Amino acid sequence: MGAPADQGLIVRRIRDGTVIDHIPAGRALTVLRILGLSGREGLRIALVMNVESRKLGRKDIVKVEGLSLTREATDLIALVAPTATINIVKDYRVVEKRRVKVPDEVVGLLQCPNPTCITRKRGEPIKPRFVKVSESPLVLRCVYCGTKLGEEDIVRQFEGAH
Amino acid sequence: MGSLRGRDVISILDFSRDELLALFERADRAFNEARAKPLRDKVLALAFFEPSTRTRLSFEVAMKRLGGETIGFSSEEGTSVAKGETFADTIRMLDAYADAIVVRHKYEGSALYAAEIAEHPVINAGDGRQHHPTQAMIDLYTVYKLFGAVDGLTYGVLGDLRYARAANSFVLGLTLFRPEKVYLISPPQLRAREETKEVLRARSVRFEEVERLEDVLEELDVLYVVRIQRERFPDPAEYERVRGSYRVTRRLVESKAKPSLKILHPLPRVDELDPRLDETPYAAYFLQARLGVPLRMALLLEIMGA
Ligand SMILES: [Zn+2]
Repeated sequence: MGAPADQGLIVRRIRDGTVIDHIPAGRALTVLRILGLSGREGLRIALVMNVESRKLGRKDIVKVEGLSLTREATDLIALVAPTATINIVKDYRVVEKRRVKVPDEVVGLLQCPNPTCITRKRGEPIKPRFVKVSESPLVLRCVYCGTKLGEEDIVRQFEGAH
Repeated sequence: MGSLRGRDVISILDFSRDELLALFERADRAFNEARAKPLRDKVLALAFFEPSTRTRLSFEVAMKRLGGETIGFSSEEGTSVAKGETFADTIRMLDAYADAIVVRHKYEGSALYAAEIAEHPVINAGDGRQHHPTQAMIDLYTVYKLFGAVDGLTYGVLGDLRYARAANSFVLGLTLFRPEKVYLISPPQLRAREETKEVLRARSVRFEEVERLEDVLEELDVLYVVRIQRERFPDPAEYERVRGSYRVTRRLVESKAKPSLKILHPLPRVDELDPRLDETPYAAYFLQARLGVPLRMALLLEIMGA
């Protein structure tokens, strides 16, 4: 990893859990939202924002102690942080490294921006469903009405309500 | 035997060129086949959450000519939907009673959603601005009857290409064939949707967007006209700005068009198509309307597996 020395001063290593590195600067909170972590779960969470990165210039890092995130969960991170890397830590050692990959289908997480899409009908027991059209640039398409979502729209949805 | 047995009809793009050509041939024979009442033990549900006259009646007539029964409703008023029942529950009920369900609804994606819920085949009779596949089948069938083929012709599609589902479905349907060229003719505010143009590009259909019919009329073999529908506009002010923005007159057609030009329109029309064209050989829209019944008969025969 070759993390700059001063980072160690900000957050110490975790014993067991997940480290999400190389998050585009400023998106750490959005990543937490996508994972459904509010801080009220009692988990120890460390957020590092706007630190130097050789790859990205500046980046954010999220460390969640006591929770090994599944691949399904971490792949959703790709929606707002396609550059993110995942390290699963056990007993202070990285036991698994993952890259995030936008899932082929995203169900229930995003809202379709088209107000006359069937997924927006009030009281209807239907989950919005998007399929991936392209990974870079990120484009998703609503399977019901064909409306497309780009990275900006997706980030805005997670930064907005919830 | 129906090769489309059990299939949902959500978008015209769910079908191949060969499947459509086989359907057209069956439509040619539909009235002959009807004599044996091949669907006499079948029930077709007509779920028109959005009002319709032509489409609903033509499905009803098609089913009855084949010996079948229809159930359903022609608007939300007076149904359990008006009492707050979900769309999903209404579809489940119809699925329990009928062998196939025809759905029209103002929300885009409603037919696909219905197909996910129902075990029986679902036929999309219009979902919001999105698709109207059986109309596209009729339109392509009309061209096939008039010219003997859909390939090799130059098409002009005129009108509200942004919101009108019939125009959208017709253009998508053309991509299953090999048209010489497709002109998308509309005022700038009503240009074809990006998704539709992407399909044209992906299937290498030669097309061009133009604003004035006059500029391309002389090249056309087929002119497809749609009306502007007020209810599709999210903003009434936007509708006011574009209403009456195009009109096909007899004088224009007689002065510029090829003598063999055929004009199609899914009807009903408002003021975009001059009634004085009706008695000219250009008018193909009444034939098109008549072909709705045999085409839908063929489709019902195919889907219900008779
Ligand atoms: Zn949608």
